[in-house]
Amino acid sequence: MRVGVFICHCGNNIAGTVEVAKVAEAARMMPGVAFATTYMYTCSEPGQEEIKEAIKREKLDRVVVAACSPRMHEVTFRRTVEKTGLNRYFFEMANIREHCSWIGEDKELNTNKAIEAIKLAVEKAKQNKPLFPAKFKINKRVLVIGGGVAGMQAALDCADGGLDVVLVEKSPSVGGMMARLDKTFPTVDCSICILGPKMVDVSQHEKINLYAYSEIEEIKGYVGNYQIKIRKKATYVDWSKCTGCGACIEKCPSRNAFDYFNFGVAPARAINIPFPQAIPKKAKIDAQFCRQFIKGKCGVCAKFCPVGAINYEMKDEIVTEDVGAIIVASGYGLIDLDKLPEYGGGRYPDVISGIQYERILNASGPTSGHIERPSDHAEPKTIVFVSCAGSRDKSIGIPYCSNFCCMYIAKQAILTKDHIPDSRSYVFYMDIRSPGKGYDEFTRRAQEEYGVQYIRGRVSRIYPKGKKMIVKGADTLLGTQVEIEADLVVLATAVTATTDARTLAEKLHISYDPHGFYVESHPKLRPVETNTSGVFLAGACQGPKDIPASVGQGSAAAAKVLSIFSKDTLESDPQIARVNTNICVGCRKCIGTCPFGAIEEQQLRDGRIIANVIETVCAGCGICNSTCPCGAIQLQHFTDNQLLAEVNALCLT
Amino acid sequence: MSEKEYIYFPGCSLEASAIEYDMSVRKVLAALGVKLIEPDDWSCCGSTPAHSVDHVFAAAVAARNLAIVEKMGASTVITACPACLSAFKKAHLRMKKEEGFKKEVNAILDEPYNCGVTAKSVLQILVEDIGPKPVAEKVTLDFPDLKVAPYYGCIINRPPEIMEFDDPENPMAMDNLMTSVGVKVCDFAFKVECCGAAFGVAKRKMVNELSSKVLSMALDAGANCLVVTCQLCHQNLDLRQGQINNTMGSSFNIPVLFFTQVMGLTYGYSPQELGIDKHNIQAEGLLKTRRPVEERIKEEQEKAKAKKPKAKKAEEEES
Amino acid sequence: MSYLAGKELRIVGFLCNWCSYGGADTAGVGRFKQPTDLRIIRVPCSGRVNPLFVVKALLNGADGVLVSGCHPRDCHYSDGNFYARRRLEMLKRLLPFLGIDERRFHYTWVSASEGARWKNVVTDFTKAIHELGPFHQKEEKTECS
Repeated sequence: MRVGVFICHCGNNIAGTVEVAKVAEAARMMPGVAFATTYMYTCSEPGQEEIKEAIKREKLDRVVVAACSPRMHEVTFRRTVEKTGLNRYFFEMANIREHCSWIGEDKELNTNKAIEAIKLAVEKAKQNKPLFPAKFKINKRVLVIGGGVAGMQAALDCADGGLDVVLVEKSPSVGGMMARLDKTFPTVDCSICILGPKMVDVSQHEKINLYAYSEIEEIKGYVGNYQIKIRKKATYVDWSKCTGCGACIEKCPSRNAFDYFNFGVAPARAINIPFPQAIPKKAKIDAQFCRQFIKGKCGVCAKFCPVGAINYEMKDEIVTEDVGAIIVASGYGLIDLDKLPEYGGGRYPDVISGIQYERILNASGPTSGHIERPSDHAEPKTIVFVSCAGSRDKSIGIPYCSNFCCMYIAKQAILTKDHIPDSRSYVFYMDIRSPGKGYDEFTRRAQEEYGVQYIRGRVSRIYPKGKKMIVKGADTLLGTQVEIEADLVVLATAVTATTDARTLAEKLHISYDPHGFYVESHPKLRPVETNTSGVFLAGACQGPKDIPASVGQGSAAAAKVLSIFSKDTLESDPQIARVNTNICVGCRKCIGTCPFGAIEEQQLRDGRIIANVIETVCAGCGICNSTCPCGAIQLQHFTDNQLLAEVNALCLT
Repeated sequence: MSEKEYIYFPGCSLEASAIEYDMSVRKVLAALGVKLIEPDDWSCCGSTPAHSVDHVFAAAVAARNLAIVEKMGASTVITACPACLSAFKKAHLRMKKEEGFKKEVNAILDEPYNCGVTAKSVLQILVEDIGPKPVAEKVTLDFPDLKVAPYYGCIINRPPEIMEFDDPENPMAMDNLMTSVGVKVCDFAFKVECCGAAFGVAKRKMVNELSSKVLSMALDAGANCLVVTCQLCHQNLDLRQGQINNTMGSSFNIPVLFFTQVMGLTYGYSPQELGIDKHNIQAEGLLKTRRPVEERIKEEQEKAKAKKPKAKKAEEEES
Repeated sequence: MSYLAGKELRIVGFLCNWCSYGGADTAGVGRFKQPTDLRIIRVPCSGRVNPLFVVKALLNGADGVLVSGCHPRDCHYSDGNFYARRRLEMLKRLLPFLGIDERRFHYTWVSASEGARWKNVVTDFTKAIHELGPFHQKEEKTECS
């Protein structure tokens, strides 16, 4: 066996704290190693050429690259090796950057650690067997979770590309957060005017199947072949009959339902349609506020519905859809006002959140676009905006920036001046973050043309005094304290993950960060992929982002799906479990432990019952391998012998 | 009710300038069947001056007292003074967390402190250990003129990770306690605003300004009396009220009472028994009207009765 | 090749590919400095770790073994880490019967985004092993319970 070892300097990233020449020298002494060298950047084109040439020249049959993490470049080097005719599973990688040169300070210890990492990889490589992928057919349908602007864009792009799309939206209408906005920055375009046509396209596209007011119940399968269970929540209105006429809403006697769409700015009826442009424009009943459900008698909506669509007996319904890929665009949430007690959030009616103010500004909102404050419906003349209300605040566990608040505050301040010309707006800010195209010009315009007073500093307390709210804070540029008597205070509340983000991630088997935002495959180079192949991300579920970024990600995710669906078959990963029929005693333990149901019973010709792995279903976790009492079932590329070779390389010295 | 027993640390100011706080605490807790045991040979808690010079020394001064309590076999010590409380909690938590710090502190002490004592405020045990029901049961008198603004000051519940009691921004313990004894509580926005604290000597003007804001906010909230938990707040608001009026050109005349004094009044003690006559701003006017609590309860019941039919009617109209 | 006697002890880590190996990468990218004793073996899932691997490592010369997987309910393979948890907890209780101090073995959960947490796990475990000292130079007395 002739192993070749290639040690990467990675510029100074590795060579700075590891003596690579010494490492190469040590590698040459390892049993089985025929060749070892170092190179400045092994992943570069000449670096890869060097590997190919060495394989031919030195007749190498195993290759070890000691460089960065295999999560970074394993695929790259497997391809390089394969080009010379060597099986790609004869390649092994030693991580001497992330796990060594970047974390250790002592050069001697690092060098030694790198040598041992290589020794481990060499021993593993020597045990490696050639593996060959199988091909399997893919189901060219895509599931999009979330009908906000990112999800709709992804759904439309996929559908235009000829794919069947299943779009699942949790709330009764598509549109998401963008449908709630009045205008968009920096153009002050009307939000629903640009979003409305997209919503209509989604509802009318023959390739898009929309499940509104539905949630993901269960996800099974793997890239190319997922089985999805969708829970259609009971609306108590037969949507096949409902015409959206609104007669039921007008007559509904329960007038104190929480208005989720308007973030509680004004009460809603228990039966409602969230907003005039809703898609689908169908009514639904909020059972927790409905008198029929609370008191068991009412029936007013049923009496007035001209088409007899009301059905109080309706139950949740589970439907199943089969798809080949999933785009997650489940959006974001906002922290509750009562998390900000120093601002009197949740205690004083005239301290509201940015999204609530957006609804107040909106012509189709509860005040018909007339700015009035919640306490007495008076028109406010002095408005104070507080940015970073919760954002960049470690004390409440939100150390990150919420991305778009600086911009929407500038927009809301401008709109306020348009609505009430004799009003004065103040903005308390930490930093003005306006790095987008045309963004900085926009915040300047707010200050210079619209006379919005920007005060650099934090607000310490907000309290009522008579009919006014006193906003007390610091002006750090002037080095003084300021107190502003405001009629209305708008808090730019921090963006968070949605409350059910974690549950959904667990169903999808994707990772999330400590704040509940989904983790992309690589922060720079694979921003819409996840580590679960076939699952892609779009929009703010991955981190706070504004509309253009969300739309861009929606399209990017769609392009990724279209690209994997451009083939009819996918190559399956051959790193799956395999049964040695001679050893298997048919105890069936593996069948019980497999999380994917990938193992079945098989009867051999001699009548023996043994286990058999269904290749396309096996995901390659290896749980069966460590369950098997006789070692008959082995996870390829991670067999007992291979892992023990690594253990022995480390310990038996 | 079963007899409760607590180790009670009065602290220096409750023996002198705020002796009326001590008097009222003892009266009220006795009425509630709580027995107080004062530790022998207690000493300075180590508050303000020590910890601005040397943390180890400050902790040692506090821990000396905690060690005495520990030796008495108790696991809790109560105090009415927020500064003592803060000093005890700070020393205890840091010694518990940092082994090295604990060693340093114990090296100074004759008797080592083994971190076995939790310090609590009188307010905290009233709310958590005794509870609103027993507190309300002892009430005999009602003062219909009294409208209080509860003022907590800065340290009884902050910083939250040290004091571990009530909401740091909008505390409710004293509000609820006052409501339990039937006193009208005003919604007061400056519950935890700064009164100027110990700067009364060094920066008198600043203290006057800050305290004047607290007083004026109490008036705005519709209160005619402030209720406090801290004798330093009391000093700034009551003793210096004349000074505030002089420097700020105001004419405040707002009595400032300790919450235990208000409780004591409703339990039927005389203002003299509770030391209310020792205050600078006299509260007599507010306390003139008094009646047995039964009268108020009766009145409330009648009001509720009068209201109910109306509410029912409105509901009927709606449907 | 022997490890640098006196400076390091032999610690073997089995890390699942999806969470903990990624977490160790994140720690590296973030330059979270760690002790160098740990050698990492990559496995697809903590459920792939046969308890016998741990025993084998300890008996063959390791001074400590660390297994780290995805957080419970966040497993890339649904419930691989639940199997791991059962097996490894059982193993931990069994080790004293083999004459091995159970503190030489530790299992935990670190996600791909928790670089700082990984640093703490490595630092704490390495410190614990150093406090126990080398395994094979002295007879270890463990009480069977």
